[in-house]
Amino acid sequence: MAKYIGKRLLYMLISLWLIITATFFFMRIAPGNPFTSEKQLPPEIEANLNAHYGLDKPWYAQYGDYLLKVVKWDFGPSFKYKSQTVNDLISEGFPVSFILGMEAILLAVAFGLILGIIAALKHNKWQDYTAMIIAVAGISVPSFIMATFLQYFLAIKMGIFPVARFETFMHTILPALALASTPMAFIARLTRSSMLEVMSNDYIKTAKAKGLSQGVITVKHAIRNALLPVVTYMGPLTAGILTGSFVIERIFGIPGLGAHFVTSITNRDYTVIMGVTVFYSIILLASILLVDIAYGIIDPRIKLAGGKKGE
Amino acid sequence: MEKILEVKDLEVSFQTYGGSVKAVRGVSFDLHKGETLAIVGESGSGKSVTSQTIMKLIPMPPGKITGGQILFNGDDIVPKTEKQMEKIRGKEISMIFQDPMTSLNPTMKIGTQIMEGLIKHQNMSKQAAKTRAVELLNLVGIPMPERRVNQYPHEFSGGMRQRAMIAIALAANPKLLIADEPTTALDVTIQAQILDLMKDLQSKMDTSIIFITHDLGVVANVADRVAVMYAGQIVEMGTVDEIFYDPRHPYTWGLLASMPSLDNDNKADLAAIPGTPPDLTNPPKGDAFAARNQYALAIDFEEEPPMYQISETHFAKTWLLHPDAPKVEPPEAVKKRMRQLSSTFDQAVLMKEGK
Ligand SMILES: Nc1ncnc2c1ncn2[C@@H]1O[C@H](COP(=O)(O)OP(=O)(O)OP(=O)(O)O)[C@@H](O)[C@H]1O
Ligand code: SF4
Ligand SMILES: [Mg+2]
Repeated sequence: MAKYIGKRLLYMLISLWLIITATFFFMRIAPGNPFTSEKQLPPEIEANLNAHYGLDKPWYAQYGDYLLKVVKWDFGPSFKYKSQTVNDLISEGFPVSFILGMEAILLAVAFGLILGIIAALKHNKWQDYTAMIIAVAGISVPSFIMATFLQYFLAIKMGIFPVARFETFMHTILPALALASTPMAFIARLTRSSMLEVMSNDYIKTAKAKGLSQGVITVKHAIRNALLPVVTYMGPLTAGILTGSFVIERIFGIPGLGAHFVTSITNRDYTVIMGVTVFYSIILLASILLVDIAYGIIDPRIKLAGGKKGE
Repeated sequence: MEKILEVKDLEVSFQTYGGSVKAVRGVSFDLHKGETLAIVGESGSGKSVTSQTIMKLIPMPPGKITGGQILFNGDDIVPKTEKQMEKIRGKEISMIFQDPMTSLNPTMKIGTQIMEGLIKHQNMSKQAAKTRAVELLNLVGIPMPERRVNQYPHEFSGGMRQRAMIAIALAANPKLLIADEPTTALDVTIQAQILDLMKDLQSKMDTSIIFITHDLGVVANVADRVAVMYAGQIVEMGTVDEIFYDPRHPYTWGLLASMPSLDNDNKADLAAIPGTPPDLTNPPKGDAFAARNQYALAIDFEEEPPMYQISETHFAKTWLLHPDAPKVEPPEAVKKRMRQLSSTFDQAVLMKEGK
């Protein structure tokens, strides 16, 4: 196991290096620079600024500098907000985004599983149809429309929740719901079809032939096997929630990392774009690793390659 | 001998989009304590549905028991609820399925899968159940059972999985074991081992067995009596000797003629029965086998034949046993082995409806 994780960490480092390199060069190819604005700056000032941020050095020197700094967990200063470093922005924004994201993932997984399992157990009954109507709605409505919809009805019309900002727990509910709706619907459909598939398997008949009750069969034999495709989906789900949060954070005025990311792109704030990209990549790679480990735990047939044979 | 199971006029149908499929159409048989009854017949003849109905394991809906009784120890199973059935399944009646690759849960340890039944039916503690699981694995001939209990199905070979299935089925000492083609998915040497194991355990535990197969060669080795099924009905039933040496039904002849044997390894002699079984959504008028039967009489297309009794234990459902029917010769392969059995009545006796 330790060997497997070590190997995976090494691959993660390589992917990360590729991502850093790619973002670095894309940034350079992109036209314009952070100091491009309507007003032409006097050449001396621009030269000064470039010198200050090291933009006058040859590209390989800049690339080398950057790599070195990233290794030391220093993403450099923000070009736009003079007083803040990228590290500041991340440590400020990420906790907010993290809470939002975790809440959304929890909602999506919990309700997705419940809906999917009920739908499968009540196959072709009204419970099934209801769950699937909810799922189709969740999949077809994009999260930003869901967000405005929730804001309008639950916050503005009915006044149950605050419209925007991110201060108390109540503030977190609407954005988390908006963010969770699509993945929840996805998980519900996935769970349903996976449960139906599992329930038609021979080993379910074996379990029934042993005299186990429907409840025990569902909990002990069906759900665990039905969970496998859902676990596989957790990697893309995390990615979806992270990227989805860019828009949701904007709509609800939440000072998270996503909001910073969007602003930094419009501002051509190189260091912020790169820093946040690298940071997101780390989180994604880590979540994919976690998913793979979880998969190996749930399904004994999967040997985590490089690990010791399960005794 | 004590009767453990009596199936009377059982009828099962499945509601499908194409109409109702009458999978079992009036099946009657009984089973004594410690006896092995083999059910043979082509694919789709209703063997699995019949046997699964005995445990009420068929999916309901679309399945439905439309008539008849299943008396287990004199007690009718048909009206029982799911909750009542849970006390019978695994404890009184157990089942082994055809494919050991798919009939074990891939994400649960073999030991746990054996323990479940013990904990449910014998109120064992986890610890006691585990000890018993090790004993059972040992009993079914799995080496190093202490290590094997903690393994998952994918770490077992096909034959070992079927042994594990047998351990699961026998865990709670059931009185009746239904084995639905338990060796079909295994290769020949393993088949023989599994059959030996089943016979051995049967003599130790005094279990009754219903053994389903479409391999008549296996039947001779394991069964006391044989029921031949065709299109949802039992068309002939008798002791192994009666079925092998004095078969009366043309369908049984066909099955026997298509059975490979040592003195008959010439491929040309292996006559497969021509045609296909009838559509059970609309069973034909008359005898269901008539269209495929080279001996069919005019009446066969008009009226279903009744059951005739040939000996105390031998029954066949064919017009050929009618006193006025023409004498016909069975195919060469079958005629070769025919012999006169002492128990046979002088004259086939017509059985009254719903005996
Ligand atoms: N769930 C179901 N829905 C509809 N029809 C079914 C269902 N289960 C079985 N049947 C029908 O019942 C009939 C008998 O099937 P059964 O499985 O008992 O055959 P079998 O004799 O066991 O064949 P095999 O040797 O292939 O196992 C078939 O015509 C089949 O199509
Ligand atoms: S009743 Fe007629 S059709 Fe049916 S098996 Fe006998 S001879 Fe053939
Ligand atoms: Mg079958």
